[in-house]
Amino acid sequence: MAEVPVKIVVDLSKPKGERESIIPLTKAEIDEREAMAVEAEAQRVTDEAAAQALTDLKTSARAKLVAGEPLTEEEAATLVF
Amino acid sequence: MAVKSLIETVTVGAGGAASIEFAAIPQAGSDLMLVISLRSGRVAVAEEYRIHFNGSTANLTTRYLEGDGSTVASATSANGFIGIGGSSTSTASTFGNQSIYISNYTSSNFKSFSVDSVMENNATTSYQDIVAGLWSSTAAITSITLTNGTGSNWLQHSTASLYKIKYD
Repeated sequence: MAEVPVKIVVDLSKPKGERESIIPLTKAEIDEREAMAVEAEAQRVTDEAAAQALTDLKTSARAKLVAGEPLTEEEAATLVF
Repeated sequence: MAVKSLIETVTVGAGGAASIEFAAIPQAGSDLMLVISLRSGRVAVAEEYRIHFNGSTANLTTRYLEGDGSTVASATSANGFIGIGGSSTSTASTFGNQSIYISNYTSSNFKSFSVDSVMENNATTSYQDIVAGLWSSTAAITSITLTNGTGSNWLQHSTASLYKIKYD
């Protein structure tokens, strides 16, 4: 059976040495974590695609500058002045 | 004179932990300082660290200045973002380090906080963040929860230390 995820809760109203509790997550908390993981993975894919697209534009812009060819608007936007 | 004293330190054990919460925070101080050293179990180089107060994810805004080793960015967040630290594929045995200072945590005004955050990674990509945050609540802070942006566990040996600063 898969291990149930837990959270650490430190109850500072208790005496030292008795404050820390390891508490299993509720189903609602587990579902929320899983939804966050799915959303984060989708965001990671989107971010990686955007980063690759920017890299490709910069590479193309550099090549065109060297060759003396006109840049597209998108390629020109990658230049920092 | 200001006196800083340690309230409690917690260390994550072998099984990891989805979150770390300091609850029933004593109300006898002026400011709070949270010093954390965390590593996420996310299968990636980096993880987004988040903070929540009194169990609420609402009314939190942060503005951050971030460097990643190649570029600089500035942006805002409403999810309790306090910086980016390491996760399971960053350099082994390293942890993100953050210092969070919360002023006047018992007052009936909104609570401002500041964060210095660095990530340890022996590669070009390694994040540093300076964060200015605001919790728009008039309630005194009685609990602080540390989570991350992907629902991953905090790994073993991650630590969090809560300090109280009291002004005479």
